[in-house]
Amino acid sequence: MNTPHTPPRDAADSVLRTRGRAASLVLFAIIGILIAAFFRLQVLRSSGFALRSVENRLRAIPIPAPRGGIYDRNGRLVAENIPGYSISILPGKVDSVRATLDRMAPYLGLSEQEREALLTKFRRFRHLPLPVKDNVGFEQVAAIEERRPEFRRAVIEMQPRRYYPAGRAIAHVIGYVSEISEAELERPEFEGYEAGRVIGKAGIERQYQHVLGGTPGVSYVEVNARGSIVSEFGPRPNVSPVPGQDIVLGLDLSLQEYVDSIFPEGERGGVVALDPRTGEVLVLYSHPTFDPNEFVGGISARLWNTLRSDPDQPLLNRVSYAAYAAGSTWKLVISTLGLRNGVFTIDSHMPTSCRGALQYGTRAFRCWKREGHGSLDLSEAIKQSCNVFFYQAGLRLGLDALTAGADALGFNRKSGLDLPVERAGFYPPGREWYDRRYGRRGWTESVVLNLSIGQGETQQTLIKMAQFYTALATGESPIVPHLLRNEAMEGRRVEWSLELPEERRLELVQALTRVVNEPGGTAYRHRLNDVLLAGKTGTAQNPHGPPHSWFLGFAPAYDPRIVVAAIVEYGHPDNQAALAVPVATRLAARYLGVTRPADAVATTPILPDTAPPVARPAEPIALRALPPPPSPRAFPSPAAGPEALAEEAAR
Amino acid sequence: MIPGPTNWMRARAGGRSGIGDPALVAVAGLLTVLGIAMIYSAGQVELPSAVSGVWRRQLVWAVGACGAFYLASRVPLRWLEWASPWLYAASICLLILVLVIGTGPNTRSWLSFGPVNLQPAELAKLATILMLARDLTGHESSRQRLAGVWRPLAIVLAPFGLVLVQPDLGSALIFSVILICALVWAGVPLASIFLLLSPAVSLVLGFSAVVWGVWFVAVVAFLYLRRTFALEAVAVGAANLAAGALTLPLWNSLAEYQQNRLLVFLNPGIDPRGAGWHLIQSKVAIGSGGWFGYGYGNGPQKRLAFLPEQHTDFIFSVVGEELGFVGVVAFLLLFAWFLSRVLRVARRSTNEFGSIAAFCLFGVWTAHVAINVGMTVGLMPVTGLPLPFLSYGGSFLFMLFAGLGVVSRVGAER
Repeated sequence: MNTPHTPPRDAADSVLRTRGRAASLVLFAIIGILIAAFFRLQVLRSSGFALRSVENRLRAIPIPAPRGGIYDRNGRLVAENIPGYSISILPGKVDSVRATLDRMAPYLGLSEQEREALLTKFRRFRHLPLPVKDNVGFEQVAAIEERRPEFRRAVIEMQPRRYYPAGRAIAHVIGYVSEISEAELERPEFEGYEAGRVIGKAGIERQYQHVLGGTPGVSYVEVNARGSIVSEFGPRPNVSPVPGQDIVLGLDLSLQEYVDSIFPEGERGGVVALDPRTGEVLVLYSHPTFDPNEFVGGISARLWNTLRSDPDQPLLNRVSYAAYAAGSTWKLVISTLGLRNGVFTIDSHMPTSCRGALQYGTRAFRCWKREGHGSLDLSEAIKQSCNVFFYQAGLRLGLDALTAGADALGFNRKSGLDLPVERAGFYPPGREWYDRRYGRRGWTESVVLNLSIGQGETQQTLIKMAQFYTALATGESPIVPHLLRNEAMEGRRVEWSLELPEERRLELVQALTRVVNEPGGTAYRHRLNDVLLAGKTGTAQNPHGPPHSWFLGFAPAYDPRIVVAAIVEYGHPDNQAALAVPVATRLAARYLGVTRPADAVATTPILPDTAPPVARPAEPIALRALPPPPSPRAFPSPAAGPEALAEEAAR
Repeated sequence: MIPGPTNWMRARAGGRSGIGDPALVAVAGLLTVLGIAMIYSAGQVELPSAVSGVWRRQLVWAVGACGAFYLASRVPLRWLEWASPWLYAASICLLILVLVIGTGPNTRSWLSFGPVNLQPAELAKLATILMLARDLTGHESSRQRLAGVWRPLAIVLAPFGLVLVQPDLGSALIFSVILICALVWAGVPLASIFLLLSPAVSLVLGFSAVVWGVWFVAVVAFLYLRRTFALEAVAVGAANLAAGALTLPLWNSLAEYQQNRLLVFLNPGIDPRGAGWHLIQSKVAIGSGGWFGYGYGNGPQKRLAFLPEQHTDFIFSVVGEELGFVGVVAFLLLFAWFLSRVLRVARRSTNEFGSIAAFCLFGVWTAHVAINVGMTVGLMPVTGLPLPFLSYGGSFLFMLFAGLGVVSRVGAER
């Protein structure tokens, strides 16, 4: 490098010239590379990044669809949407949200736990406004609005709110609506639903959610990096919601309210009325009840716990979900099977006349009437509900015919009512079932005696029994009971029928009219003026207290327009009053527009005046003699059955 | 005191006073005005933000910085050359001080004086440049040998080490650039520069024994072929050996967060919520700008605060989003023009001290532009090096203008 002829300075200069050019080249290479990089990003790949940029700042906010209205058969509103308010808090720091919540608590009645739950929810969705309460009354909104400077982060929005004008009267029919839960979101039926959407949770609201719910719209809003909404008008157009459709029920709301008003206060039970010609449910009532409006928009934890722990179980639907021993109402099933199989006729007497009990093997099976009924034919036995007659009728029929016949009449199935939850009836399917349950030698044919009077190992729901009486009333395969008023629904019939000649059926109907309209009938004094009511009382023994009171009937007897069914738990307290009978008959009178005789009172003794009052009806001895069940699971869900529940309550 | 041939005296005699290169000052002024305009735009966000008002503070800084420019351009180079050891010593003291009482968001790099935060590292860059320029003036023959450059190496290593422990990796990088530029422009043979830097390469390659082995063999072969003096060769070889052996112990002695910081520095993608998030949002902003951008002040990524550090490190992303490719090219060409004017001053100057100083400043600013702009599109690691004229920040603007004053003076004295 150091050539001797060149002065060092010049050599250095030439090096520097080279290096200066190189530096210049490096500079322009850097600028060139940068321009190329920007060209790639901004020109070649611009569209992808433009899309990312839009997605970055757009949030899709669902617009709830207005829910369809629900009307009764007369056009009265069962469920409507009224203006309501929702309060939410804009996202921000957890501490400031907590402070706002704490200040709001006294005005909205938020408990400490509820606030903690809301904060937990907020921590999971930090970028979304926190919905505090959906169902806020006007006074509460006014209280917040007055203190606006304290609640700068609060957002108050108008939001249609579900309202059930009949409230408690229709709770078990209508169900309620509330926000979809995380568990529900995962179910296939709610595919495509988004968190936060309000859905039907029970009853009709749940059953017809897909009709009533509509399709929510979407509003695209622009948000900043912290998720706060900046503009309501994003670059994408909003999608309007599709409102839900209205539906009409076959229910008669005024009749339903009437039943609510006459149902004996302090008692528990259910009432159902059907139009046998169409299968429409006219009344479906369960007592005690609750106000479904309190469930809308989230029920308070306190109220929920009260309802859940209430020993009277207001949430239980006693028409379609509670199952009971059918009691004497079952005698018509025995009668039907006997007449069908030809083992007896309407005039048949049984070999042993009633002396208050029937000796079978080593045991005496009692009749409810200690002094006995004497020798009765079938018609009289139905009228007076003689157990001794039906013990023998059942024995003559035999266990196999009895279990097979009951199964053929659908007593192991559901009625098909259009409600989300229904319990199927249960009747022992045959000998194998008894062998499994009690062991091969653990039981005898005496089970037939209990089964003949609707006791023993059987449980039926009120709607299921009402379906059987509908078949008795019309002689056809009953139409599947339905709440929705719809022609397609009226075409659906059950797959079984009585298979009884019309003549035989009319004989049974006549016997049923005698129950109500002849002195000595178990429901005498509950007859109706001008209309012939046919019906059957029932006294269902149970190990937990006084018998349950049943009544099933239809009117007019030979041109039925209504089938009524009622049950009052422990409604037969002193053998003096059968609480279910007046409820059912008054309902029928009201529907048919007829009066009742002057001597018919709300609760009357059902026994003939001549019969001496009995302190307590004897339980069928066989029931006590039954060995304890080997496993609680062998019997269909006894734990959830009303008996078990009542047992829990009694403790 | 003043060594070497009296080039600078000749220059003084025939030199002009004033601002030297008017085009340089003009393009710098234009960039300053555009920079404040971009800081104003960066403050136009939908969230209430402290960034909204910083353009006013930057304006105040710019006025002050013009004063610094004027003063620096009035100081004769020989005074500067005389003062450079004192400046250097002072800045080293400040760098030590900042380690003791420093403040800052992530690193201890600021000295707080009431409302004003000073970054001693910025002053140290200028002072080190001047000190190097002074040290490398003259001694041409001695610089031909590797042993002749130990003093420049020591001059840079002191501030380099001090900013590294802050830790301010970006500034440490700039000190390396300063050293290389000074040696290059002082006529040090490229082979010497290569050998000087080889231990640093060993330090990085030490993670893999095989790769380091290959490198070491190459260095030894190079030493042999260049017929380097034995002592120098031994020193270089030993330094490479030591560096390669120290890599893993050094790495393991670092705390995990320090290791992570280094790894993220090299690859922001491994930290998608931190540095990676910045890079993604920056690319989205720039990419969505397209040919012409969303228009000045209208960039949605910036407006909705998706763009982080939009007034400092990522201000060029705002340029990309709002002014599009066209605006980006315009800015880059302005930078190219500005930097080439600085290079022109360095090349034309006959004052060795001034020439080296100007070339170092050219190198530093070029590195700032390349790293900052490259960072916004993912070509460079996210280092936090500001973009000259555009990024908000007083210390950097002051030193930029002071350096500009020096360059002007160099241009004026020829």
